Amino acid sequence: MPQLDPSTYAGQIFWLVISFVALYWVLVRLALPRVADVLEARQRKIDDDLDRAAAAKQEAEKVLAAYDKRMAEGRDEAQGLLRQASDEMAAEAAKQHETLAAKLAGDVKAAEAGILEAKTAAVRNIGEVAAEVAQSAARRLIGVEVDAEAAGAAVKAAMRGSD
Amino acid sequence: MVETTTEAGVDGGGHGGGGHSPLEQFEIHTIAELKLGGLDLSFTNASLMMVIAVLLVTTLMVFGTRRGALVPGRLQSISELSYEFVANLIRDTVGNEGRRYFPLLFTLFMFILFGNLLGMVPYSFTFTSQIVVTFAMAIVVFIGVTVLGFLRHGVHFFSFFVPPGAPIWMWPLLIPIEVISYLSRPISLSVRLFANMLAGHTLLKVIAGFVALMGVFGVLPLALVVALTGLEILIAFLQAYVFTILTCLYINDALHMH
Repeated sequence: MPQLDPSTYAGQIFWLVISFVALYWVLVRLALPRVADVLEARQRKIDDDLDRAAAAKQEAEKVLAAYDKRMAEGRDEAQGLLRQASDEMAAEAAKQHETLAAKLAGDVKAAEAGILEAKTAAVRNIGEVAAEVAQSAARRLIGVEVDAEAAGAAVKAAMRGSD
Repeated sequence: MVETTTEAGVDGGGHGGGGHSPLEQFEIHTIAELKLGGLDLSFTNASLMMVIAVLLVTTLMVFGTRRGALVPGRLQSISELSYEFVANLIRDTVGNEGRRYFPLLFTLFMFILFGNLLGMVPYSFTFTSQIVVTFAMAIVVFIGVTVLGFLRHGVHFFSFFVPPGAPIWMWPLLIPIEVISYLSRPISLSVRLFANMLAGHTLLKVIAGFVALMGVFGVLPLALVVALTGLEILIAFLQAYVFTILTCLYINDALHMH
């Protein structure tokens, strides 16, 4: 087996040491710091992006909170205005209702007075009519001429009694 | 292993042109001679693959991250993926303290991974199939971890060999077991990688030998070779991972003892 030939050993170890040390030197000097830098830069970029994203999220949340607050304020304001308007309208309605009621009450009173007057007039007329009826009835039935005054008095007395 | 060599050698010799031993792929050829003192430090095909692995890893890690784009391209994705893979491995096994050993462990992982994967290229050479290479890496890990343990805990590190909660009269039995298991770490670490690479490549070569041998029915071993190549690529990754994670666990042992 060629591997067991000791005459090659010195040369193999010699070149192994040379190439290994050379590779180690190149990697330590050139390659590994560069890879480390790239990896670190990438990690930093990712971290930065994440930070920015977090900041943007925070900002968005703040805006959302402000929006919500503004919305709530608007809603309150609208409700206040609505309440005020409805109060005003209710007051107006109440006032108009009162005026109307007062006018109606006046009308009713006037009407009642009219009715009373008409009634009184009617009642007075009834007395006169009744007296005339009584005069003509007396003349026709018993041929007695009753003067108007007596007939009136009699009617008045009868009406008072029937009241 | 020797048995396999002879059998496969006979097998390979059985058919005409491709008559090579399955172990021939592990032979080392000198490309440029270099002798220092009494030592033969020639640049060989093994050295060439090591250099290619270093160049490939360098290309991937340096040119892949050249632009340092925030949104990575293909090469950059691969380099970042391997970086984070090893980093997570260390974090999961050693914890935050292990960060200091990241460059070393990353180099180890990439070097072994590319060595294993390069071996999958036809006509190339698998330097991780050389026991001397895997053992050299394992013994460095072993010595480094042991030194780390003594630096961290001083003489107290010897208590690592006493299982916690064991009654004193068991110590004479348990301590030698623990010491032997500790000392066998570099062996198991290196042999695991070496044997996996050796066995996989030998098996591929042997079965590939049958393709020409069986004529029309060679389709069957060919399909098997294709399937095994997929498996071997998986093993190439897995063994690099195992070597690295075991190193992490040893470091964790040295830092935190039990």
